[in-house]
Amino acid sequence: MRRPGDFRARQHPAYWAFLAHRLSGLGLALFLPVHFWALGQALTGADALEDFLRATDQPLFKFAEWGLVVLLGLHMMGGVRLLLIEFGSGTGLRKNWIAGTAGVGVVAGLAFALALAR
Amino acid sequence: MDALLKVRVWRGARDGAFSLYDVPRQESQTVLDVVTHIQRHLEPTLSYRYACRVGMCGSCAMTVNGRPRWTCRTHVAKVADGDTLEIAPLANLPVIKDLATDMSEFFDKWARARGQFQGSATRHEPFATVSPESAERQAANAGIECIGCGVCYASCDVVEWRPEFLGPAALNRAWTLANDVRDVAQRERLRAVAGDVGCHACHTQGSCTERCPKQLQPTVSIAGLKRLAGRAAIRGKL
Amino acid sequence: MSDAVSEARRWYASRISAMVLAVCVVVHLATIIYAVQGGLTAGEILGRTRGNLIFAGFYSVFVLACAVHVPVGVENIAREWFRFGPRAARALAWAVASVILVMGLRAVYGVTA
Repeated sequence: MRRPGDFRARQHPAYWAFLAHRLSGLGLALFLPVHFWALGQALTGADALEDFLRATDQPLFKFAEWGLVVLLGLHMMGGVRLLLIEFGSGTGLRKNWIAGTAGVGVVAGLAFALALAR
Repeated sequence: MDALLKVRVWRGARDGAFSLYDVPRQESQTVLDVVTHIQRHLEPTLSYRYACRVGMCGSCAMTVNGRPRWTCRTHVAKVADGDTLEIAPLANLPVIKDLATDMSEFFDKWARARGQFQGSATRHEPFATVSPESAERQAANAGIECIGCGVCYASCDVVEWRPEFLGPAALNRAWTLANDVRDVAQRERLRAVAGDVGCHACHTQGSCTERCPKQLQPTVSIAGLKRLAGRAAIRGKL
Repeated sequence: MSDAVSEARRWYASRISAMVLAVCVVVHLATIIYAVQGGLTAGEILGRTRGNLIFAGFYSVFVLACAVHVPVGVENIAREWFRFGPRAARALAWAVASVILVMGLRAVYGVTA
C-alpha cells in the first residue's frame, strides 16, 4: 500500500536519474516547437530573425537558454546510460553513469555560461 | 536503546487506518518479531502472513517505514526511525486485511509471461548438456534465485501506472527461461512479454533492483527481454 | 500486426533514434557553445548556414531523429502521468511527430536555403 505523496521507497539514485531524464525530456519537447518557430523566422528574411534575436537578448531569456543547454546535456548523457543498460553487456544500474550524467550537465552549463560571458 | 518501540500498524483493507502499539525492544529483534508480538499480546485479530522466518519462502514481505522489505530478515535496529516503526501491507496489491495482501494477480502474471518451462525431451532421452560457463546459463543463473516475495512488484512505478504490466518478477522469470536452451516455447514467450504490458513498458527506474532482498537485478533481465523481443519484432519474427 | 509487435517496434525506433540523437546533440552543443560567444546576430548565423549543404544535411537528420524520438516519450508521459487512454496518447504522439517534422524541416530550410 502506498499513500499519495509517499516517496520514501523511491529515494535512490536510479530513480532520481529516471525523474531527471523524464523531466528534461518533457522540457525539451515543449521547447522544440518554439525553437523551430524562431529559426523559421529566417524564411521571412534575415531582419525577422534579427528582430527575434534582439527581443530575446535579455537576462531572463539567456537564463532560460542556459537551462535548456543543461537539460540537453542531462538528457543526452542519461540516455547514453539507458542505452548501455539496455544494449550493453554487463549488469547493474550503472550508477557511475548517473554521476557522469550530472557531471555532463554541470560541464555543459558552465561551458555555455562562459561562452555567453565572452 | 529505548525500552519501547512505537509501532504504527495498518488495520483494515483498502480503507483503513494506522493503529499505534507499544512494543518492548529486544536485541536482534526483527520486524516480523514485532508484528508477531503485537498479534500475540496486543491485537489478536491482526492478520499477517509468514511461514519460514528465514528468508526462504517469500511470504512475509510488507511495507516497513515506506519501503517494501522481508520482515523476517529485517532487523528493527536497521530500519527504525528513532523509536518508531510504520508497518503497512505491500503496495500495488489488493489488501485482504491488515498486513495480508492478495497475491493472485502477481502470480497470474507469471503464468501470463509464460513462466512455465516447456521442454520437448522425454525421460527416455539423455540429459541435455548445458555448460555452466555458457552465456545463456550465466544469464539464467543471475535471475534464478527469485522466491516470489513481491518486493520488486510493490516497488515498481510502472505496475502502479499500468495495472496490466507484468511486473519485474514475472519478466525476470521469463528471462531465465529465454536463456534455457532446452525450452521450446521461446517465440510464444517473447510474444507474451513484448510490448506495453511487458518489458517495453519498463522505464528503468531500477526500484526493483534496488529493493530486491536477494540482490537480483530484474532491470537487467527486463533489458535482455527488450533486446530479444525488439530485434525479433524488427525481423518479423515476433 | 499485434499490439505487442507494434509496441516492440516503437521501443526499437526510440532507441535507434536515441543513438543518432546522442551524436547529433554532442555536435549541436559544441556548435551552440562556439556560436554564442560574442553574442548572436542573424547575419552571423545565416552567413554560416546559408547554402551550406553539410549543415542542411546534418540538421535534417537531427530533425528526423527528433520526430521519431520525442513522440515516444510524450506518449508514455501522457499515459502514465496525465492519464490519457491508449488511443488519445497515440493520437497526441502522431500530432507531436507531425509538428516536429514540419516545423523542424521548415526551420532547416529557412536558415540554409
